[in-house]
Amino acid sequence: MALRKEVPPLIRPAATALRRRTLADREDALGRVLLAPAFLYVIVLVGVPFVLAILLSFSAARSGTLSFPWVGLRNFTTIIADAQFRLTLRNTIVFTVVSQVLVMVLATAAANVLEAAFFGKRAVRMLLLLPWAVPVSLAAMAWTWIFDSTFSVINWTLRAGGLYKGWLYWLGDPTLAIIAIITVHVWRMFPFATVIVLAGLSAIPIEIREAAVIDGASFWRRLFQVNLPLLLPVATVAVLFGVVFTSTDLSIVYLVTRGGPYNSTHVLASLAFQRGILGGDLGQGAAIALFLLPVLVVVAILMLRVARRAEVGG
Amino acid sequence: MTARRVVRLVKRIALYAAALAFTLFAVFPFYWMFVTAFKEDNDLYVGGIVATHIPWIFNEPPTLEHMQYLLQETAYLAWVRNTVLVGAAVVVITMVLAVPAGYALARLTGRWGERLGIGIFLTYLIPPTLLFIPFARVIAVLGLSNSLWALVLVYPTFTIPFCTWLMMGFFRSIPRDIEEQAMIDGYSRLAAMRKVVLPLAVSGIFTAAIFAFTLVMQDFVYALTFISSVGKMTVSQGIPVALFRDVFNWGAMMAAALITSIPIAIVYNLFIDRFIAGLTAGAVKG
Repeated sequence: MALRKEVPPLIRPAATALRRRTLADREDALGRVLLAPAFLYVIVLVGVPFVLAILLSFSAARSGTLSFPWVGLRNFTTIIADAQFRLTLRNTIVFTVVSQVLVMVLATAAANVLEAAFFGKRAVRMLLLLPWAVPVSLAAMAWTWIFDSTFSVINWTLRAGGLYKGWLYWLGDPTLAIIAIITVHVWRMFPFATVIVLAGLSAIPIEIREAAVIDGASFWRRLFQVNLPLLLPVATVAVLFGVVFTSTDLSIVYLVTRGGPYNSTHVLASLAFQRGILGGDLGQGAAIALFLLPVLVVVAILMLRVARRAEVGG
Repeated sequence: MTARRVVRLVKRIALYAAALAFTLFAVFPFYWMFVTAFKEDNDLYVGGIVATHIPWIFNEPPTLEHMQYLLQETAYLAWVRNTVLVGAAVVVITMVLAVPAGYALARLTGRWGERLGIGIFLTYLIPPTLLFIPFARVIAVLGLSNSLWALVLVYPTFTIPFCTWLMMGFFRSIPRDIEEQAMIDGYSRLAAMRKVVLPLAVSGIFTAAIFAFTLVMQDFVYALTFISSVGKMTVSQGIPVALFRDVFNWGAMMAAALITSIPIAIVYNLFIDRFIAGLTAGAVKG
């Protein structure tokens, strides 16, 4: 309102006409200028290392020297012939798929619970978000301690409750170690998925749901034939994020099991770190990490499809 | 009528039971951090095989022993300082670049900007796991190995895409009419942005800055790759790596994890609604 007083209405058109030629008014050019710094930073510092990652995977580069001997596909033939690598690839897929299925089941359930009105809802929502908020490396240490071979509180509770009388060496047995890692992944990702699904749930028009109730649809029918189909786009986003965060995570495996026991729980990220950084074989490490690329490309394409559908529909 | 009431009561109980179960699962590790951090050693290191000793509660009075040890004998405070320094520098770089970029994408660039916006967001999906090995070489060439500057340089690669996307969402949620009115009144586009839109976006900018900082605290991979000396670590590297390697002391470790997590958790909860608003405003066309 104050602005209007400064410029009398009559000279307004003249003022804009006079100023039209400056950069501050040329929208397209100004847009480019404002966008350029952020764009350049990301292009240089993501693009260059990305290309370098691909180049390194075709080289025998080692840390310590800066030489760059080209070896063609040798790194790839070496790792594909390596049983450890194949196990690692399998682990990455298993951890990701199993944990994402569990996450989505839990998140859909949790979102349906959180949607209902009940006493203490805000507190519950706040506490549910904790696993996602806390730095993952610190949470991983808490879980390492929970799964401790001698002091595991889980074992004590199982025995005290009379559920299992034996002793579970969580991080000493390959199968148990896999269960432990998947547990940590699920624990960490389900709050995030819950928040996204909840946002989707509350975006479903109330009329649709009321219509379903009035038409006498049961809870399960409403869930499977009304809510879930409408949740699909937003659930896709949650799953895609979950896949990226789970399949590329280094810290949980690195800190909870260190890839053990007997290198049975390595994932691509931890093996790449072990060979590439600790072992100094940058070429092989880069080649191992590059196996994540197909996953990411697929995720990116699906994301774009979801975005485009939202564009067309919205 | 009574049968209906019973059904409703059962439903109610099921709802609370489910809410309780989810909450317990989410909170359990934090409770465990808390119990461990304040327990006497001889209360802590009792094998789980001893059925009479209940590990869930304090069997002896709580102690501040581990907390004292953490603050006095370890490099924890140095890690906190490093994290704050790196976080502050990254937040400044990020906001200087991401706020104008977010505005440009929301208002100025039209159709191609929308595509570019999605493109920038997709770079956020390129994970550290794919980039830490080439970065190890880049950082070595730049002579930044084992330096906090390496982290200051690299962290904006994920905070900028993230915050640009968030800011785009916040700017879109501000009605166009306000700046169009200002421009009719003689302001240039740039002046309208600076003097009219930015003040309205302050809370959005603040939210983006907070989340950039928490993203910095989340990182483990880059810190592990670049930093090797204990005095230069950040909290999320120092606690699991240096405390675990140098001292076997779960009490101090859990104390560190606890007092680092609490402020982050509080901040997250204060800002999560604005955060979701920004995220979905960016995703849904405004």
